[in-house]
Amino acid sequence: MSFDDAYQSLTDHDDDARWAYGTGFTDPLAGVPSALPDGVDRGDLAAYCLMLGDDALILSHRLQQWVTRAPEIEDELALANIGLDLLGQARLLLTRAGEAEGAGRDEDQLAYLRDPGEFRNVRLAERADADFAELVARLLVFSTWRLALFDRLAATGDPVVAAIAAKGVKEVSYHRDYAAGWVVRLGDGTELSHARTQAAIDVVLPLSGELFVAHPVERRLAELDVAVDPAGLRAEFDDVIAQVLRVATLTAPSQPSPQQSPGRDGDHGAELTEILAEMQGLARATPGGVW
Amino acid sequence: MSEEQAFAEVIDKDQRIEPRDWMPDGYRKTMIRQIAQHAHSEIIGMQPEGAWITRAPSLRRKAILLAKVQDEAGHGLYLYSAAETLGADRGDLTRRLIEGRQKYSSIFNYPTLTFADVGVIGWLVDGAAICNQVPLCRSSYGPYARAMIRICKEESFHQRQGYELLMTMMRGTEAQREMVRDAVDRWWWPSLMMFGPPDADSPNTAQSMAWKIKRHTNDELRQRFVDMTVPQAEALGVTLPDPDLRWNAEREHYDFGAIDWSELKRVISGDGPMNAERIARRRQADEDGAWVREAAAAHAAKRTEVRA
Repeated sequence: MSFDDAYQSLTDHDDDARWAYGTGFTDPLAGVPSALPDGVDRGDLAAYCLMLGDDALILSHRLQQWVTRAPEIEDELALANIGLDLLGQARLLLTRAGEAEGAGRDEDQLAYLRDPGEFRNVRLAERADADFAELVARLLVFSTWRLALFDRLAATGDPVVAAIAAKGVKEVSYHRDYAAGWVVRLGDGTELSHARTQAAIDVVLPLSGELFVAHPVERRLAELDVAVDPAGLRAEFDDVIAQVLRVATLTAPSQPSPQQSPGRDGDHGAELTEILAEMQGLARATPGGVW
Repeated sequence: MSEEQAFAEVIDKDQRIEPRDWMPDGYRKTMIRQIAQHAHSEIIGMQPEGAWITRAPSLRRKAILLAKVQDEAGHGLYLYSAAETLGADRGDLTRRLIEGRQKYSSIFNYPTLTFADVGVIGWLVDGAAICNQVPLCRSSYGPYARAMIRICKEESFHQRQGYELLMTMMRGTEAQREMVRDAVDRWWWPSLMMFGPPDADSPNTAQSMAWKIKRHTNDELRQRFVDMTVPQAEALGVTLPDPDLRWNAEREHYDFGAIDWSELKRVISGDGPMNAERIARRRQADEDGAWVREAAAAHAAKRTEVRA
């Protein structure tokens, strides 16, 4: 590169077509056929993609709120990185939802123009973190579940969803390792960190029940091998969480088993309304705007 | 050959001083201060744009902005590491920052009022930073010079992304164009101030140039920035807020109006619109994170004991 001519150093790029695409430089779905699998109900597939996409979009938002607040610069990088991965997954899944729906809605129309009752994320994704211990406890629960899900989803019948899941496996493995590493450090660290992390686990782990309740959409699609029935993920999840808690010298609280997952039907807490007000405000206030 | 002579010869031959080489105390102190201020600027600089990540009006812009702010954290990390090669301690430098004993770039003490500010920061602020920083890739201190190469590449990427956002907004609605014009009006003069006081009032410049940790004077770099930015403004379709800005065929440079140096002094001395808030946020993060860092240290110590 030129050392002395600043202007030249700005113009030495020749990859115009690629430089602002999402978070990476290549289209992760290049070469993946986009036709819907035979016999799949468009509405069901769209709803399923919204479920998984909204989970990622909303948790990414919570991670974005940590930017400039992390305990160490390395964690600024890690949390932004995880937030970016989830945002990338959300973009692909919302785009697929729009394709399946067939009404011409793109990722931005789905992210910015739906009301809270139309969001299908699990409630675990939307809650605010009280402190760093809750952040990593929730991330551990979420990513352990999502990794088990994506592992299986990568082998299912919608080529686009399977490709998104296959790409996501690598990302979410890192998210789980990062979260588990911190739960262990904090659980084992000092008396204070142990107490805070136990409190976080006591709050967060009982919320995991909804993750394993199959929605009718998931059941129908799972029968066609286009989705994963989350009930089947429970054993792997429990095993991983038990291992992490053991090393972290933490104990699992007793967990009620919920009969439903209200978020999947659009029934959310006030926290989602707050998230969407922040996320959608500018986009909605600028009708006709191009960004 | 004495240590002093060996140092002088390295500088003279345009080679690099490396961490284990002998160096004058003044050189070491100046380098630590320069690198720390730069690191602080990256970390504080995450705040003005970071404030828009959750509110970005499209998912693509959100991803670009989040990646950019992450890059800034990465720059801060390389730079604190470069300072540590000179014997500084990251925690100590952070304390100096939040106690107001070390400075950061005064540009980050201005507020980001609309999303157009994200684009204008990329275009003007990162553009000015690149003009300042490209010559630092040849700094005589090796670890800093090498860090700057990667940083400059990423900064130039950010500058183009910022400019591209503004181009897109200028093609949008009248309200969007007005946002761009307003943001350009607010950021132009502070961007010119990023190059520091005029040469006549820059007491450290001569020594820093002799040590080759600075390659061009403040006024030279400022002129270069103006010269490269005016055509970009024309292409964008905005008017820079300076009635005296015009091409001088004799000098082959753009002339520009007088800078309000009292404003720079005011902002540097802590009286800018956002100084208190920027430092308060950094302090809060540091305090909130203390128990986490202590826990990590305690855990690491226990593991070392187990292994021993």
